[in-house]
Amino acid sequence: MTELRPASDDLRAVVARRLKARNAAERRFRLYGRIAIAVALGFLVLLLGRIIQQGWSTFIDYRLTTQVYLDPARIDAADPAGANYDLLIAEQLLKRIGVADDEFGSRSDAMKDLLSGDLGFQVLDRVKADPGLIGKSLTLSAPLKADAGLYFKGQIQRSAPEEERPLTDQQLDWLDRLNADGLVKSGFNTTFLTRSDSTEPEQAGVLGAVVGSALMLILTAALAIPIGVLAATYLEEFAPKNRWTDLVEVNINNLAAVPSIVYGLLGLAVFINWMNVPRSSPLVGGLVLALMSLPTVIIATRSALKAVPPSIREAALALGASRTQTVFHHVLPLALPGVMTGAILSLAHALGETAPLLMVGMVSFVPGVPDALTSASTVLPVQIFIWENASERAFHERTAAAIMVLLAFMILMNLAAVLLRRRFERRW
Amino acid sequence: MLTFIALLVLVAFSGAVYALARRRAGALALAAASPINSRPVHHGAYAAVWTAVPAALVLLFTGLLGDRVEETLVSARLPEAVRAMEAAERQVFLDDAISLARGKARSETPYPADLQVALDQAAGEVRALESRMRAFSLAAAAVLALAGAAWGLSRVRAPFRAREGVERWLQALLLACSVTAVFTTVGIVASLVWESWRFFQSVPPQAFLFGLEWDPQSAMYADQVVSEGAFGAIPLFAGTFLIMLIAMLVAAPVGLFAAIYLSEYASARTRAIVKPLLEVLAGVPTVVYGFFAALTVGPLFRAGFNAIGAQLVGGPLNELGLYLGEVQNQMALVAGAVMGVMLIPFVSSLSDDIINAVPQSLRDGSLAMGATRSETVKKVVLPAALPGVMAAMLLAVSRAVGETMIVTMAAGLQAKTTLNPLETVTTVTVQIVTLLTGDQEFDSPRTLSAFGLGLTLFAVTLMLNVVALRIVQKYREQYD
Amino acid sequence: MTDAQVSPPALTPSAAAGASSDGAPRISASGVRVFYGEKQALFDIDLDVPDRAVTALIGPSGCGKSTFLRCINRMNDTIPGARVEGRILLDGEDVNDRSLDPVLLRARVGMVFQKPNPFPKSIFENVAYGPRIHGIATSRPELEGVVEQALKRAGLWKEVSDRLDQPGTGLSGGQQQRLVIARAIAINPEVILMDEPCSALDPIATARIEELIDELRAQYCIVIVTHSMAQAARVSQRTAFFHMGRLVEAGPTGDIFTRPGDSRTQDYITGRFG
Ligand SMILES: Nc1ncnc2c1ncn2[C@@H]1O[C@H](COP(=O)(O)OP(=O)(O)OP(=O)(O)O)[C@@H](O)[C@H]1O
Ligand SMILES: [Mg+2]
Repeated sequence: MTELRPASDDLRAVVARRLKARNAAERRFRLYGRIAIAVALGFLVLLLGRIIQQGWSTFIDYRLTTQVYLDPARIDAADPAGANYDLLIAEQLLKRIGVADDEFGSRSDAMKDLLSGDLGFQVLDRVKADPGLIGKSLTLSAPLKADAGLYFKGQIQRSAPEEERPLTDQQLDWLDRLNADGLVKSGFNTTFLTRSDSTEPEQAGVLGAVVGSALMLILTAALAIPIGVLAATYLEEFAPKNRWTDLVEVNINNLAAVPSIVYGLLGLAVFINWMNVPRSSPLVGGLVLALMSLPTVIIATRSALKAVPPSIREAALALGASRTQTVFHHVLPLALPGVMTGAILSLAHALGETAPLLMVGMVSFVPGVPDALTSASTVLPVQIFIWENASERAFHERTAAAIMVLLAFMILMNLAAVLLRRRFERRW
Repeated sequence: MLTFIALLVLVAFSGAVYALARRRAGALALAAASPINSRPVHHGAYAAVWTAVPAALVLLFTGLLGDRVEETLVSARLPEAVRAMEAAERQVFLDDAISLARGKARSETPYPADLQVALDQAAGEVRALESRMRAFSLAAAAVLALAGAAWGLSRVRAPFRAREGVERWLQALLLACSVTAVFTTVGIVASLVWESWRFFQSVPPQAFLFGLEWDPQSAMYADQVVSEGAFGAIPLFAGTFLIMLIAMLVAAPVGLFAAIYLSEYASARTRAIVKPLLEVLAGVPTVVYGFFAALTVGPLFRAGFNAIGAQLVGGPLNELGLYLGEVQNQMALVAGAVMGVMLIPFVSSLSDDIINAVPQSLRDGSLAMGATRSETVKKVVLPAALPGVMAAMLLAVSRAVGETMIVTMAAGLQAKTTLNPLETVTTVTVQIVTLLTGDQEFDSPRTLSAFGLGLTLFAVTLMLNVVALRIVQKYREQYD
Repeated sequence: MTDAQVSPPALTPSAAAGASSDGAPRISASGVRVFYGEKQALFDIDLDVPDRAVTALIGPSGCGKSTFLRCINRMNDTIPGARVEGRILLDGEDVNDRSLDPVLLRARVGMVFQKPNPFPKSIFENVAYGPRIHGIATSRPELEGVVEQALKRAGLWKEVSDRLDQPGTGLSGGQQQRLVIARAIAINPEVILMDEPCSALDPIATARIEELIDELRAQYCIVIVTHSMAQAARVSQRTAFFHMGRLVEAGPTGDIFTRPGDSRTQDYITGRFG
């Protein structure tokens, strides 16, 4: 070979010539990475910030506490349900703040629009229970109508043109008077957490949806976790490696990536149409979500089982345990924390799932708390979807608040998963 | 309810059988000179399983499918007048008969006198059938349970390998569980294909797949002549594609760069903070993204474009200004952009895995040659990871195509074939939701068309997933 | 093509070429300490490495041979938590000097790893990698010339000249190792570091690499880590024995193997531990 000693000075010069440009490119590249992270995290902050900003005021409500004289002239003891209590209360309130009604009663109607229908129902309930109350006075407390609440929360402003806001100047004046008289008090909104859906925003709450979600999730967990864990155990520990098990494996991986709405179609066609499972019930929702969660539970369990070192299996087998005993007495218990972590995460995912539930009829208006797996029910994410569609502004506030409740549950579940992982983290 | 009680009784009975078999085996072990083959618990479990499982299967089967069988049997014997009815009416009639038979309130359908008689007759038949079926299933279950107990107890002998017997049962259970996943797939395919087939009876597949007009509302009633033009899905495919494209334009670069930064540049500390935060972003339910898109991003974008439009009006770009001034909240850009953000953590975590699978030795080789980090990434790591990254992108595309809530809440309902991101478009998933929420009539092509769309969606995403997962698997094997 | 046709400009001889061949050390380490986090891996290493010769680093596993090697081209920078103290002079220039860009340093100090690590690219692209990123060749023919010459010097040209466009990962282990050597010498570094270059190879491929090292010795300063005493004896002119993060002794290979000054060296080369 005709070899020449390389020219090191040349090399240095050549490399040095482009060094600056290369380092600049390096910095640019790193900057792109930072920007990408900033975009993602910035969006997260924006999203959560905006939801809290929109939703926090839901947790404060403005309640009106007032005395009502149960005028015997207006209430028929034989038919207490026939009386118009709302109007009665509105008129008395008007009198109280010294405003005379006009001949058409339009002022008391306007006042009535500031009060929640809940007041009237409370009176009716009391009178029904004890007709002796007629002729006496009652002290009652109920939230103001949602729009009135928004005024106190500063979300409806007097400075806005009158025709663009739901409340007239006159109504705003009255609200100020009621407030000045000390009849209006703000406090923590318990209604939102203790009631179910309602057409009136101020009476709408998430309890029904939370209970519906819980029922559904319990069913999902009860089906998906045992079946998923056992299936994964079979595939990982017992199944012979052949074309069939390969097919099952491919099948499971693909199922995990099937769009959730397809599971909804499956539920509609099979569970509702074919098996006559009641629509809108936690039962059908839970079945659908169980099928949807199954592949993820299987995948999580398999990776937890894979993480158990073969030495443990060999040790147990060497001691004369059968394969089944080895797996169920030694391998599975060791994999359990990983399995539970995976299962909780996939349940958290199921908790937030909406699309397939729309297919099985969970979008209906359900004012009560479901008391059985087969009763009509809604769930949190669907409740969010329903309220988001509502036109009243007060529902938008509640949508954001319902999202906060949903996220709180999801954070709790994720936290549980993280703690579980921390607590039992094992390194071999 | 009856099934439930029967199951409880069965559980109690097999518990007793378990205790008995165990006691016998224990006695056997004491008496035998040589140790018996299996421990008493195994004998107990073996006998209990034989007692409980076959009987329970019968009970569950009749409990779950009894209604179907009953309906089929009764409807086969309905009088001529009823059988001549429309399918929907016949169903109502049948349901009423069953309700009456069970002592529940029937629907408020008025029946003429002759049908009323038929109804009562049918109810009577249902009642008779139900009691016969109940008796049959209980008897069968009881016989099976007793036979199982006898068999199990008779096998309590020293040489019998009860443990293996129990383990075989366990294996069968495990196998049954893993077959559930396969059944899910079969269920999905069967239900989609079956309902789509019914849909394609009234609308030819080519008119559906290649038709340019989507207007299912015009075919509200089953008896209405379905104009073929009403079910052309091309505008939906176009809308889906447009939104997917926008989403990927956001998610692909941002997700990939985030993954590169995290795996190649970030310190362990940064990773420990950023990764969980990205997981939070990934865990946010899509309905929340939808809410954010509809009530925050949409109005924001609209205001922005309207403001730009107002600037342009009167200038050389007057036309464009006027157009921008009219832009609506529900533009493809909003749904696409928010969906893109939703996909960022998905893309970045998949790419992160893929990039981390590239052996460190390749990076070392490149760095030792005097390459900068970015040169190493661009010239060595990314080319090596390319197949995996492509697969990750395909999976993201599949997610984007199947995503429902964001588009339902933030995209519109107008079926339009356009590539303009400022237009309102609709997607396959939005239409499925719209068609299937509210009243459903399983005889109208309008409802059934949702299954046609579902089948198309399933086929497309399945293809993407199969290809992507294949690539990922190949890629993993390469660097194992 | 014949050798005469290939004469890229970067390879012209220069005065600098001979500058350090007068017996002065090319690399001179003094007081080198390395920490991985809390753990100290090297303790006050003083070692001179001559030019145009092969220096072998030997010692039991975990004694810090690789760590020392990685100090020379600052590959330790890429390990989070690694810290280097002390001075390593390359041609009288401190490699740890803040003003010295590691990119430039690593261009001058090539490295070959234990496991062959060709990039998943064609054979040609593997060898062209360095010239491309450093901008050494400016035209395609020039680049082809550089690649050909590097492959020839690595003794791989005959075997691969007809399949330069095929993936480098498709070669045999020994061929891959020669490919990465070709890749390293394609930019004409001043020093070549080799970390157990033959440990993944069979005896025939090993012999081939040893031959190659012997040929390259005429032009480069080579530092090689090896676990094979025989290999150290065959290819190196100087040997340094490391033990538990310390340099026990260093000297001409013949002396170390025949008259070790330290009993630990004696024990190690006679196979009593390690
Ligand atoms: N990246 C690292 N992080 C922490 N400690 C390390 C790292 N690399 C090496 N060490 C430690 O530094 C010491 C020296 O390691 P080094 O790799 O230099 O040994 P070696 O002599 O090359 O061994 P071998 O012959 O096995 O390759 C060892 O104790 C090792 O555990
Ligand atoms: Mg080493």
